[in-house]
Amino acid sequence: MTEPRFAVGIDLGTTNSVVSSVRLDTAPTEKVFVELLPIPQLTGPGTVESRHQLPSFQYQAHQEEIDEAEVVLPWNSKPLVIIGEWARMLGSKTPIRLVGSAKSWLSHQAVNRRSAILPPQAPEDVPRISPLDASTAYLRHLHDAWNHAHPEAPLIDQKVVLTVPASFDPAARDLTVEAAEAAGLPRPVLLEEPQAAFYSWLEASDGRWRESIRPGEVILVVDVGGGTTDFSLIAVGEAAGLLTLERVAIGDHILLGGDNMDLALAYGLRTKLEAEGRRLESWQVLALTYACREAKEALLLDAALNEVAIVVPSRGTSLMGGLLRTRLTQEEVTGALVEGFFPSLDLHQVEWVHHARTGLTTLGLPYAQDPRITAHLALFLRRQLEALKGAQEVLEPFKGGHFVQPTAVLLNGGIFRSERLRQKLLVVLNEWLLKDAAAPARLLEGVDLDLAVARGAAYYGWVRQGPGVRIRSGTAAAYYVGVESSMPAVPGFPAPLEALCIAPFGMEEGTEAALPPVEFGVVVGEPVRFRFFTSKVRRDDEVGTRLDWWPLGDLEALADIEVVLPVEAFRPGDIVPVHLVARVTEVGRLELEAVATTGGHRWKVAFEVRGDPGAQTARP
Amino acid sequence: MQFDPNLIPTTLDLVHLTLAVVVAFLTLLAIVLGLLWAKASKKTPSNVEPVPNIMPAPVLRAAPEEGALVFLSLLQQEARFIDFVEEDLSHHADADIGAAARVVHAGCQKLFRQHLELKSIRSEAEGSAIALPRGFDASSIRLSGHVVGEAPFKGVLVHPGWRAESIRLPTIGERHDVRILAPAEVEL
Repeated sequence: MTEPRFAVGIDLGTTNSVVSSVRLDTAPTEKVFVELLPIPQLTGPGTVESRHQLPSFQYQAHQEEIDEAEVVLPWNSKPLVIIGEWARMLGSKTPIRLVGSAKSWLSHQAVNRRSAILPPQAPEDVPRISPLDASTAYLRHLHDAWNHAHPEAPLIDQKVVLTVPASFDPAARDLTVEAAEAAGLPRPVLLEEPQAAFYSWLEASDGRWRESIRPGEVILVVDVGGGTTDFSLIAVGEAAGLLTLERVAIGDHILLGGDNMDLALAYGLRTKLEAEGRRLESWQVLALTYACREAKEALLLDAALNEVAIVVPSRGTSLMGGLLRTRLTQEEVTGALVEGFFPSLDLHQVEWVHHARTGLTTLGLPYAQDPRITAHLALFLRRQLEALKGAQEVLEPFKGGHFVQPTAVLLNGGIFRSERLRQKLLVVLNEWLLKDAAAPARLLEGVDLDLAVARGAAYYGWVRQGPGVRIRSGTAAAYYVGVESSMPAVPGFPAPLEALCIAPFGMEEGTEAALPPVEFGVVVGEPVRFRFFTSKVRRDDEVGTRLDWWPLGDLEALADIEVVLPVEAFRPGDIVPVHLVARVTEVGRLELEAVATTGGHRWKVAFEVRGDPGAQTARP
Repeated sequence: MQFDPNLIPTTLDLVHLTLAVVVAFLTLLAIVLGLLWAKASKKTPSNVEPVPNIMPAPVLRAAPEEGALVFLSLLQQEARFIDFVEEDLSHHADADIGAAARVVHAGCQKLFRQHLELKSIRSEAEGSAIALPRGFDASSIRLSGHVVGEAPFKGVLVHPGWRAESIRLPTIGERHDVRILAPAEVEL
């Protein structure tokens, strides 16, 4: 292996992926240049173009559909699959063969993420792939594109940083790493996306960030992607005269983003057209959605623009025969987006809706039921106040008041190119702050809203060598396993479940949690499962804390975890007492191990269990 | 050397006529041979030996056909350009034509932004007075109207011109047929 020459940041997005890099030999005093990788991809039959974004789509072509000579890439004359822009375009006409949103599926706990389930609505004869396979395919494409552009510095030798939503659970993080390894990227470092955006802001400020934030401040990062919304809080502190940064809280995984906004507008226009007596075919609705995206951006960027004409031409050679013509007005956009997604609301009126863990047969993604981003934000700030009050060092924004009071806001995501949406979010937040008698928050500017995550990831890869400030970020949640409490059985009622804390909140990289005082008997050679829970708000639970009751919403059920003790060391059927111990690796991954009470043997506990419904449940 | 125009024969005698015919024939032969040779060694047409005593034939090259077809196919894909040009407008109302023009315009604009970097040749405002020095680049500035006298010229900028600073055409597969500008679509 040769010395790494680049820090490479990969933003594996729900709808688009981006790769950027920083030369590792950039001196700390030098200006950091973050370079974006042009990604060659098929944009039509036999046609390859380079773009900075690779649409995260794979098209499962019918064997008769496409001449295989038309499927080429600069580094491969016979790629197995169609990925990127052409895949997206083909899929817009044949959605049953399009694999999309693989990232959302990767974090969907109610499905087996290794099983071939995508595309979910495909008829029988469409070959399906797993969310893991899809992620691997996108990463392999990015890997090949990098190696094609940098034959002298293959990606396998570089420092790779891969971004994930802050709200990704340990299983989704593990699967992301597994996909990266399968794609030829060994040992990638994971970085939470809101943090990556913040690193990009640090990089873009060219060293002047120290002048724009002060110790005691709390920065709210709002990252709205195509399909997800992610919140994080970063606290600014001071140590030995230098500013320090710490990511103190993350929000829930919210499947709500820019794509929902385009849909909302398109459905509004459809209603309008149908009121005029037009019947729309499904391809027209789709074309309307694309047209709305462009019109929305024009209207949001220019408030003086009254309306934008929307035209959907016919599919045949005659553009004008059967053409759909309507208009999207400034009021409609304001109504649907500004008021629909960012309404002013009373912080205290928002109720937390508990989403029960859905059944294993769910076919769709668990989309957010409430489209109001401000409502999700209100809940996040309210719930985190209670949680952060318990922190050792209480910062000003966490004292008093009824919610965490951010002093500054960093926005990320293409929708915030709109000045009006940026301002509206700030206005709503400042209304809450005013009611709480706190100073208004300000916007931190200067990040590239579409590319900040990838840019920040490459910058972080360089910073990890030591030259710049790093955000301190332990695990953003505590983890629990389910323990059936030893109570006399009551017919008709399952034994009540207790939650045993095995990993406290805020475990730092490279640390191991204490051994919990509870032993589990594990049968050798048989998979044994544990119920697994997480909490983003309980900060004071230590290893060994047993909860027999918790407020609704404090704990969230994750997919079961599983351990198999290999037969080599024991006789099959033996019952071995083990402890479950958590540790966080140097690159920030949570790992669980089963440790034998005697002998100290260790076995890995898998987060994402392979489909085997017959596995037995662990008992203490 | 002295040159006396009176020595040029004013009438053609048979010898000179024959000579003239021979010269013409040889010239023609040289051109035909040259062309044939150029065709045979297609890649290096500039290697043709200059024929002595005549003006070299102008070097003309065919504008690359492939690039044009690829760009046309992009225009159709993004902007429905071929559909629009091939449509008979006489049966349609101006409002419908206007609506269709929006589709074509938006698509062309997107395509241009993605593939072309365009720049005005002159940065002055249209309609402003402009002076052209001696030795101005005649290939990038076209004179019109009362074109007399010598540079420097004074005139009015009618159109600032366009220059393609760069064009990025896609790369294409070896067996890709660029003549398929848009495949026929069949919905199952």
